[in-house]
Amino acid sequence: MEKHISAPISDEDAQSLSAGDYVYITGTIYTARDAAHLRMDEALGKNEPLPIDLTHNIIYYMGPSPARDGRPIGSAGPTTASRMDKYTPRLLDLGLKGMIGKGKRSDAVKEAIVRNKAVYFAAVGGAGAFLSKSIKASEVIAYDDLGTEAIRRLEVENFPVIVVIDSEGSNLYETAVCSYQQE
Amino acid sequence: MRTIHTTQITQAVRELCIEANHFLTPDMDDALKQAANGEKSPLGKQILNQLQDNLQIAGEDQIPICQDTGMAVIFMEIGQDVHFEGGLLEDAINEGVRQGYVEGFLRKSVVKDPLLRENTKDNTPAVIHYELTLGDQVTITVAPKGFGSENMSRVFMLKPADGIEGVKNAILTAVKDAGPNACPPMVVGVGIGGTFEKCALMAKKALTRPVNVHSDIPYVQEMEKELLDKINRTGIGPGGLGGTTTALAVNINTYPTHIAGLPVAVNICCHVNRHAVRKL
Repeated sequence: MEKHISAPISDEDAQSLSAGDYVYITGTIYTARDAAHLRMDEALGKNEPLPIDLTHNIIYYMGPSPARDGRPIGSAGPTTASRMDKYTPRLLDLGLKGMIGKGKRSDAVKEAIVRNKAVYFAAVGGAGAFLSKSIKASEVIAYDDLGTEAIRRLEVENFPVIVVIDSEGSNLYETAVCSYQQE
Repeated sequence: MRTIHTTQITQAVRELCIEANHFLTPDMDDALKQAANGEKSPLGKQILNQLQDNLQIAGEDQIPICQDTGMAVIFMEIGQDVHFEGGLLEDAINEGVRQGYVEGFLRKSVVKDPLLRENTKDNTPAVIHYELTLGDQVTITVAPKGFGSENMSRVFMLKPADGIEGVKNAILTAVKDAGPNACPPMVVGVGIGGTFEKCALMAKKALTRPVNVHSDIPYVQEMEKELLDKINRTGIGPGGLGGTTTALAVNINTYPTHIAGLPVAVNICCHVNRHAVRKL
């Protein structure tokens, strides 16, 4: 089913989404990948504040290529989400509501998604040029020294994603594959 | 003896890095078009059509096909009648990578040390493989390799008794474990035989063979076809979200091996299977 939602994402919207829904996101989202997750985790370990308020927000696992002049961003597709699994349950428990990435998640992440009524989206991996067209603005807001791995605030318009794990724990990677398996 | 100045190498590598990250080879383009037409899953078809749009935008607007513009893997085939002047060849290649990635707006994804992890900020060094050939030509292949799929690659040290079925199972296991993480539809590069490192290198090199060209060894060709069919029956599909297109090709290279061994390497590449070639 095709749906349009805004970001930050409300509890109501998050819970209305089901695995398999094709969703267009409009609003503000944040990027963070390996190195930024490690820094956020270290900050939490030292009881320091995070550079972004996670509540109701969506993190996009993405490190862009550099923008050419006059453009907001370069190529901007998802990276493999499982590398962030170690850090994710803690962030979900702190209010993170959505994640955009690609690939499988751990059981611990899935449980944290259900516990917090959150949602895991996939964007199409390797479609970074196409996806960049839905990003209207990009600004580094933390960890500038990490280069492509810095935390960026993105303004997105009809950013296309697919719900993989919904707030009830249904997982499209498991169900969809079975429908086309021919042994 | 032919003399080639290393500045020519730098220039070629620079251009090949940029070309490879914006344009796929015609065989890859065709395979992806055919896949979009043949896919049975509606969502899978939508994803494959998105990949078509992606390639068009990448070429027209000069945006890299994928933001992971890879670690630069470079195959150098060097005629043994060539003499290089102008400094160390390796330095000239890395200078080409530096220029290509910095001036070509490509992402810098290389860290100086695998554990200390400080970015080198110019995507150097490259991973370079040299091969000597007859004659006085130099063939440079630049194959930027993304790590979503690289991370899902495997080496299996099988026993001779595992035989051909063992090899097929190893390849299928690697593909199934990779699933959505490797950005399917993938290209599967396989090396069978040699030693631990030789099979891995063969698997990497196999990814640069056109996807519409089979091995010229009859039984290997049969294996390539059978495995592609089996992989496309796993149901993994485009993006791992279900469908009939999981791989575009299985390319297998083989080499003699030891009486005690049967090494198999599976190097998985995503649908952005990049390589650009130039002869000097």
